[in-house]
Amino acid sequence: MDLASSEATRVAQRQGPTPVIGGGTNVGDRIFHLAVLSAAQSVLVLLAALVVLLFIDAKEALGRFGLSFLTTTDWDPVFEKFGTAHFVFGTLVTSLVALVLAAPLAIGTALFLAEYAPRWLREPVAFVIELLAVIPSIIFGLWGFFVLAPIMRGYVEPFLKATVGQVPVLGELFSGPAIGKDLLTAGVVLAIMILPTVMAIAREVVRSVPDTQREGMIGLGATKWETITGAVLPYARSGLVGAVMLGFARAFGETMAVTMVIGNSSNVISASLLTPGYTMASAIANQFTEADKEIYFSAVVAVALVLLLVSVIINGLARLLVWRGAGNVATRR
Amino acid sequence: MSRPAASAPPMRAAFVQPPRPSPFNRNASSGSARSRYLVDGVMRGLIVSAAAAGVFLLLVILLYVVVRGLPALNLDFFTQRPLPYGEVGGGVAPALLGTLEMLTVASLLGVPIGIGTAIYLSEYGRGPFASIVRFVVDLIAGLPSIVVGVFVWALMVRHVVGNYNGLAGSVALAIIMIPIVTRTVEEMLRLVPDTYREAALGLGLPRWKTIMAVVLPTARAGLITGVVLSMARAGGETAPLLLTALGNQFFSADLLAPMAALPVQIYNYAVAPYDDWHTKAWGSALVLILVISLLSLATRLSTRNTLGER
Repeated sequence: MDLASSEATRVAQRQGPTPVIGGGTNVGDRIFHLAVLSAAQSVLVLLAALVVLLFIDAKEALGRFGLSFLTTTDWDPVFEKFGTAHFVFGTLVTSLVALVLAAPLAIGTALFLAEYAPRWLREPVAFVIELLAVIPSIIFGLWGFFVLAPIMRGYVEPFLKATVGQVPVLGELFSGPAIGKDLLTAGVVLAIMILPTVMAIAREVVRSVPDTQREGMIGLGATKWETITGAVLPYARSGLVGAVMLGFARAFGETMAVTMVIGNSSNVISASLLTPGYTMASAIANQFTEADKEIYFSAVVAVALVLLLVSVIINGLARLLVWRGAGNVATRR
Repeated sequence: MSRPAASAPPMRAAFVQPPRPSPFNRNASSGSARSRYLVDGVMRGLIVSAAAAGVFLLLVILLYVVVRGLPALNLDFFTQRPLPYGEVGGGVAPALLGTLEMLTVASLLGVPIGIGTAIYLSEYGRGPFASIVRFVVDLIAGLPSIVVGVFVWALMVRHVVGNYNGLAGSVALAIIMIPIVTRTVEEMLRLVPDTYREAALGLGLPRWKTIMAVVLPTARAGLITGVVLSMARAGGETAPLLLTALGNQFFSADLLAPMAALPVQIYNYAVAPYDDWHTKAWGSALVLILVISLLSLATRLSTRNTLGER
């Protein structure tokens, strides 16, 4: 055994807790290093394969339709016309509705847990929220399908039409018959679904604000709310934006919860939230079984490719923001 | 904070500047202070009610699933296959078995890659390559599950096998599990004190033996947590399975044939127009929630002491 030389490398290793070594001189070390390295590399290969394969399969549709794939609204497999602007529109609208509804509730809960709640209440509530975050989306879809959609059709949507619907410009958002399975309902289900996720991350972000910030404000005689707006929120801003964006990313790519309540019809883009529609994800879920022709298949894959690219962009941005805001705590999905 | 002024002799106190007035008016009888306290009270009320509303809403949904799901549960529900509409009885046993089988195969595929990557990141991971791997793991974790589904559908269902199959479902679940296993296990490995590694290396163990015989056993609970957590998450996935395994009304253990899964069964039952099937959908939902929350509850409780919260 070459004890002396490996002793030297080990002495060199003491400089850091987890030093980088390329396997060293020991045969076992080399094999082991190679094994875990190849595991790490396979993760890179996986993402690369995903992007490349989707791109290859989407090429036919993207090549045939070009930019009109994203800007036109006729999705007509019979005549081999594939435009996805209304899918993109539905995705954006439902995700935005979800954000508008979920962000205040989630940030409010985070502030409550970090600033207002008595100590004995904090951990149990946070624990329940973490548990709620693992409820599968199909459960929310099921609930939305059987419970929320009838409530929206029977009560909420007629009420919105009777009140906000009468206001000149805003009213456009709530025109048309109350169907119950439409963009608005999909947005509400998404909001409920992303609540626990955004709550949990926002709480970590708010908790990471140093107490000295709060003490400074309180020492100056600020009220609790002034402490929050003057010290906590400015410090946590980028982290909170990141938390909300992670929620957006989750809403953006959600399939099942949306598919069951969005109506899955209509090729029009209208200002009203009460029109049934599609999101990109729900369109895929509804179309894949019928994609018999090569160009149809390619178009479905192209929708997935667009979804992939957008999610990579949003996730990348969100993670950068959360990292800056709260160290490395909030990186789970 | 050390204050040099504190050492000044007391008689010079007369020359010390008077304290600056606080920018906040604390005189409760003045108008501006009253409105400040009013705003504070209103905002406190809003924040408390936001928290109450959010948590309450989620708990109501859970309770609703329990109330609607309980009547569906009986022995047949767990042992029989789904029957065509009109026949009384039947259950979701093929879906339970299918989910179990696909999760097992997915674990065999995904867990070694996940743990290997975690070991690399925790024990060797420095420099730009490790940062890239970490970032890519995060990106895969953030992928919409339907995108994973379309990838596996295009690759295995359309190009390789030619029909919907359980193996494709397993691959899709494995891709979803990998980032969860990696992130959890990496964090757990980082909790192993460096003194353990130093002691083992100091005794002359090669690095790989240090990791296998000291680091991994110390973090055993964490490894199990990561795997179970990822299984809980993957077990509830619906969209990728819909595109790959498709579902099946019959018992089938054949990995190259369509395979049933519990979340897909919920979907199929829910969108059908029969009341009896709707009840079974709620029942399946209840079973799914119970299994998933029990799994994540167990892992969270077991790691609470070592990690606080993940």
